[in-house]
Amino acid sequence: MTFVLFAEQVLNGLQFGIMLFLMAAGLTLIFGVMGLINLAHGSLYMIGAFAAAAVAGATGSFLLALIAALAAAAAAGALVEIVVIRRLYDKDHLDQVLATFALILIFSEGTRWVFGSFPLFLNIPETLSGPVTLPGGIQYPLYRITLIVAGLLVAVGLGLLISRTRIGIQIRAGENDREMIAALGIDISRLYTLVFALGAALAGLAGALVGAIQSVQVGMGEPVLILAFVVIVIGGIGSIKGALIGSLLVGLTDTLGGVFLPQLFKLVMEPSAATNLGSSLASMAIYILMGAVLIWRPTGLFGARA
Amino acid sequence: MTDPILKTHEITRFFGALKASDAVSIDLRPGEIHAIIGPNGAGKSTLIAQICGSLAPTSGRVEFQGRDVTGLSTRARSRAGLGRTFQISALAMEDSVLQNALLGALGASGRPWRFFGPALKDSALREQAEDALTRVGLQDDMHKRTAELSHGQRRQLEVAVALTLQPKAFVMDEPMAGLGSGGSKRLTGFLDGLREQAPILLVEHDMDAVFALADRISVLVYGKVIATGTVDEIRANKEVQDAYLGEDA
Amino acid sequence: MIRETHLNLGIIALLIAIPAWALMADEPFIITLMTRAVVFALAAVGLNIALGLGGLVSLGHAVFFGIGGYAMGILAHHAQTYTPLTEWPFLLEGTKSMPVIWLTAIVASTFAALVIGILSLRTAGVYFIMITLAFGQMFFFFAISWSAYGGEDGLSIYVRNGFPGLNTLVPVQYFGLCLVILLAALFLNARLAKSPFGLALNAARQTPARVETVGLDPTRLKLVAFVISGAITGLAGALFADLNRFVSPTMFSWQLSGEIMIFVIIGGVGRLFGPVVGALVFVALEHLLGGLSEYWHIYLGILLLLIVLFGRGGIIGMLCGRERLHD
Repeated sequence: MTFVLFAEQVLNGLQFGIMLFLMAAGLTLIFGVMGLINLAHGSLYMIGAFAAAAVAGATGSFLLALIAALAAAAAAGALVEIVVIRRLYDKDHLDQVLATFALILIFSEGTRWVFGSFPLFLNIPETLSGPVTLPGGIQYPLYRITLIVAGLLVAVGLGLLISRTRIGIQIRAGENDREMIAALGIDISRLYTLVFALGAALAGLAGALVGAIQSVQVGMGEPVLILAFVVIVIGGIGSIKGALIGSLLVGLTDTLGGVFLPQLFKLVMEPSAATNLGSSLASMAIYILMGAVLIWRPTGLFGARA
Repeated sequence: MTDPILKTHEITRFFGALKASDAVSIDLRPGEIHAIIGPNGAGKSTLIAQICGSLAPTSGRVEFQGRDVTGLSTRARSRAGLGRTFQISALAMEDSVLQNALLGALGASGRPWRFFGPALKDSALREQAEDALTRVGLQDDMHKRTAELSHGQRRQLEVAVALTLQPKAFVMDEPMAGLGSGGSKRLTGFLDGLREQAPILLVEHDMDAVFALADRISVLVYGKVIATGTVDEIRANKEVQDAYLGEDA
Repeated sequence: MIRETHLNLGIIALLIAIPAWALMADEPFIITLMTRAVVFALAAVGLNIALGLGGLVSLGHAVFFGIGGYAMGILAHHAQTYTPLTEWPFLLEGTKSMPVIWLTAIVASTFAALVIGILSLRTAGVYFIMITLAFGQMFFFFAISWSAYGGEDGLSIYVRNGFPGLNTLVPVQYFGLCLVILLAALFLNARLAKSPFGLALNAARQTPARVETVGLDPTRLKLVAFVISGAITGLAGALFADLNRFVSPTMFSWQLSGEIMIFVIIGGVGRLFGPVVGALVFVALEHLLGGLSEYWHIYLGILLLLIVLFGRGGIIGMLCGRERLHD
């Protein structure tokens, strides 16, 4: 095992984690402000990917594809918020789970209806393709580096938005006290639509960015959604910082576990058994991590203590 | 004088910089009703929470029947014989009145791990539950859904559930809250007789009830006990009048 | 409004009449569909104990369904290939006997429910939902990577397992077996709901603070409910795998967890026959709408949305109103 291989895997883990963060940040924001658990967040990720693939296919422009992804996901988010989601804020979590599960069914089948069951492909733009040489002689795809940088920029931007801007103040007020924001004369329902659309746009962006390195297909969103839940359980509900740390932990654990656990077992057992056991355990690694955090801190690393 | 059943030793509780309980030492003796009064925000609910175990004091001790229970859970304290009623009724609203009382009897029996026979047909539990309901005057409403009870009846049910536990001491958090004058009088009469069974630590806003019932009164202001004494002593206390009674009188 | 007991009797009559008719009309496919509905109903009866009585919104019940399925798959696979499961520390052979398979399924899912329950019940609310969903996904990926038992492709069983005195290959006989198990589970569920444990659990759902002050432990009550719930859903998984003579990682999928929950909701949460009504309606829709359109999940989604937004209490709630006290 060389240093280069290790560094590459760490970068892969970071890239994966950063994309998870885009999902988890929206989810945790929506839960923090509106108290809503949104299973359909994965559908918004899928919508972003499909919008990007369709626009890139028609125009050939990756930039336009990204804009389309953001716009489509935000619009879809705003639409479902207005039509369905806002009727769920006062309902219990069970109703929220079922209604958003119903939305998954509708979005997934609707997308299958429009685009068919075959995966679409979204190509990495010419200017971002190919490897780049990093310090230490590591060859790494430029596009993945771009994802890491873009994701970190979004994280910083989101942090600034929440800590520095007027809308951020309203969001934080909403997290603490609904009556307070009503008293401040803020239009709650507009704020809620806005927060939901923001979360949706982040999910759509992630879908488009990841769509270029994986295939774009129906059902792509839910596995990511569930990983984002693991992130939130680890990081603590409602905390953006928790979402970031949790995402990176999950991304690194999953990637490094998948590569290194089988190799680790090869040191003590015969290769094929080691590969089997190693990859089985690696597939469970992040959930074991989640279990450990639960035992140690039931409300997550940065969640409000009960 | 007999030893107190329930006793707090200088319990202090901080919420951040706020001192919600400030070295509170009170006790409850057999056969008495000891009322805790004080303005809103004086720390009465915080005090009750620490006595019943849902909140840990920052420092100080709680003693029950001569035993240090500061580290014990709510559950363990209930099993040791501390019967609590809630300020805001914590009843199973979808269930019947009888079922709520049965729950108390079931808790007292300590045998919830029975999965087959109907709880309503368990004659020992049922007798205990019906007895408690009869004592508070709910015998005709046993089969009603709890959500259908009037506010006053829910307060009665709160007391009935505590009765089924056959506690060694009661801790009652504003049992009169929201009752009309008729209901309040009835409950006052009932609590008056109850002290023979077990002493009552009574947090109450209704001054008529407090002055009618209490053997002793402690006045809590800003988390601190500023006076403890008989009804007459408290009435005559200048500091109490300034701090508290003055505003009503 | 219909009396709930009358409705329940009607449903039992339907469960017997439809297959009886199908038998006479020589429609074995209908009997298979009914078996599917009965097995789904059993899985949902399991969930209903956790969800309806305990208030535990578990989105991971496919874990137990899948464990039951793999208990069947693994034991039958070893039996049909004449290989032992293990030779050390003692020889353990596969089996084609349903009672042994069922017992294994129940024991394994009980154990899984205990571990998952202990971890998940450290939290509540949304955390609980997300954690159970995540554990479901963990088992899904584990099954995919477990190449010894078919990995992603799953395991096929050539001949349905046997039950003493029955020919399980005859559809109506297997249906009857599954129906008897479902009715037994419903009977246990009815007794459980009225038992001292059920009384305490019911209160723990509504007002945990009260349960504590009467000296009982609400978390432990919920844990026991979760374990019983998981065991029943596990048994359903073994029956389901035997119905299809096939088990694959999809039995662990989050969609399946969602569907088990849908059965309970469509029928009516906490209602004894809610899961049965829900499963029957689901299988009927799947069959009828699935025949009309490839995209029938859209209609299912819309129906579910309407029930959540407007139809409180599911189908039984709409037909019978609120549950009666002290029946």
